[in-house]
Amino acid sequence: MSPVTRKRLGRAALNAAGVAVFLFAVFPVYWMVTTAFKPNDQIFTTSFIPFPNPPSMDHVSRVFTEGVAGHSVWRYLLNSTIVALSAVVMGAVFALLAATAVARFRFRFRTSFLILLLIVQMVPSEALLIPLFTMVKRLGLYDQLLGLIVINVGLTLPFSVWMLRTFVAAVPKELEEASWIDGAGRFTTFWRVLFPLVAPGLVATSIFSFITTWNEFVFALTLIGDQGKYTMPVALQFFVGQRSTDWGGIMAASTLMTIPVLIFFLLVQRRMVSGLVAGAVKG
Amino acid sequence: MAQTSTVARGGGEPSAPVRRNKPQARRTGLPDWLVPYALLLPGLLVIAALLLYPLYQMVDMSFHQVGLRQIRAINPSPAEFVGLDNYTSILDSDLFWTSLRNTVVFAVVTVALTLILGTLVGLLLNKLGPKMSMFVVVGIMAAWATPPTAQAVVWKWLFDSDAGVVNWVLNLLPDWLSSLVFGRSDWSGQPWFNDTITLYLVLIIAVVWASFPFIAVSVLAGLKSIPSELYEAARMDGATGVGTFRKITFPLLKPVFSVLVVLSTIWDFKVFTQLYLLAGGTVNRDAFNLSLWSYAEAFSSPPKMGLGAAIAVVLTAILLVITFVYVRNIVKTEDVR
Repeated sequence: MSPVTRKRLGRAALNAAGVAVFLFAVFPVYWMVTTAFKPNDQIFTTSFIPFPNPPSMDHVSRVFTEGVAGHSVWRYLLNSTIVALSAVVMGAVFALLAATAVARFRFRFRTSFLILLLIVQMVPSEALLIPLFTMVKRLGLYDQLLGLIVINVGLTLPFSVWMLRTFVAAVPKELEEASWIDGAGRFTTFWRVLFPLVAPGLVATSIFSFITTWNEFVFALTLIGDQGKYTMPVALQFFVGQRSTDWGGIMAASTLMTIPVLIFFLLVQRRMVSGLVAGAVKG
Repeated sequence: MAQTSTVARGGGEPSAPVRRNKPQARRTGLPDWLVPYALLLPGLLVIAALLLYPLYQMVDMSFHQVGLRQIRAINPSPAEFVGLDNYTSILDSDLFWTSLRNTVVFAVVTVALTLILGTLVGLLLNKLGPKMSMFVVVGIMAAWATPPTAQAVVWKWLFDSDAGVVNWVLNLLPDWLSSLVFGRSDWSGQPWFNDTITLYLVLIIAVVWASFPFIAVSVLAGLKSIPSELYEAARMDGATGVGTFRKITFPLLKPVFSVLVVLSTIWDFKVFTQLYLLAGGTVNRDAFNLSLWSYAEAFSSPPKMGLGAAIAVVLTAILLVITFVYVRNIVKTEDVR
């Protein structure tokens, strides 16, 4: 075998491996989406039907009209959006302030605060479930989206601060100094100089919090009993428990839940990696 | 506080305009040294109220008997102090050992598989041409982005006993091969979720599927940061592929790997959502891991919140030990100081 042929074969083998990885990763998602568009006789069959032929909107329109647990899926998507957006907006304010403190100032307890962030990130949220449940009950927030929002702010904040501080640190200090020298006050400098420059990082961090909150399952499961206030993950769980064989409907609902996350994911994919392994991947 | 002032360093340049006054003593009433604390305060309050206080409460509850009457909104009765009773009843319970076994075995197997697969895919992505690499990255993003509840539901469907694709694929295998490897040839109607071992098998596949993309992309980012001169030098010296990986790639990526190992371990130790959905809630006690057991004790009737909290304390203690390793690594490599 000539070296050129061997090189070509090697390249072909690598590409084949790439395609195999692609198929392994994508197939379940593909199967979820296609099942959602298959008529029932193509779902409940022991033969393999690669794609819906012809595609049917029955399941998708059914989860919107007839819905799950007596409510249209719109309702759950709306609840999820309310919870995620509110938590993100509240969290972004707290995170930006704290990240500025950590990235821009040297002060006592700075290291302690950063270590605290790392440690609380690691506490399993399932462990906090029981005390937070009793707290929410006592405050009369059981069955209220507000309780869920507040808890999600707490759950996402440590990571947001951790991720955002690298973005704040990346803004050259000289810009703020120039603004000070021009006579701008602290707030003006923050708002007119730092904030616009950190904004892309803030967006990336917020998208990450949005996804976390959108996906959050166990708190939504325990803190909400009223079916009209279910978030999407809980509605899906309920659906599975109630009509475990309605695969078309279940797949339609989970496709609807996955789409926004998928879009956001592709937007911030690169930043997320750098945030999660912050610092470890340094050249 | 002199060292908080950034102006002190940058403002002293000869070209800087004449300062009107000391920049750090400006209009707002807040003294400079207070500014970072003021910025930190709101976030710190949130963390204290929603993470630290509940953490304390969890420990406190684990020494009490907390039931329905203690958690009702109106006129709750005080919780009775029971000392270590909750902990002794955990240790006496058969469920402790099965759920600890499930937790640990699942985490070890899943972390190992995720890291191996993720690293291999990362290496592959690094070797592929730019277009092909992009294609595969977008593909694995789809797996990574799928929400945990949707993951569980999709894999449940793929492994469905009657119309699932997996049983269809297994039936395609030639009978002699299937009987040789699995001891059977007919997979129609194979129920995967009734038995704890096959249930966990599906859970492992689902979690590995969803988490290897993160490892792959992180490893790829690490690989990109290694200067190519090192590889050229190794090739000149006649190093083999495996040798290069062992002598160059692995040592340079070690910090990345240590973070990835610990993060994956922590995530897989407390897996809840996927298990809850695949196991169909809390009916199958044999399939409990520590988080599901804690949940089951605290939220099925009658609720035993104290007992659930004690299980959560055990789980948290295990995780904090692992976290300790992680934090030490971060403090070593990062600018926390």
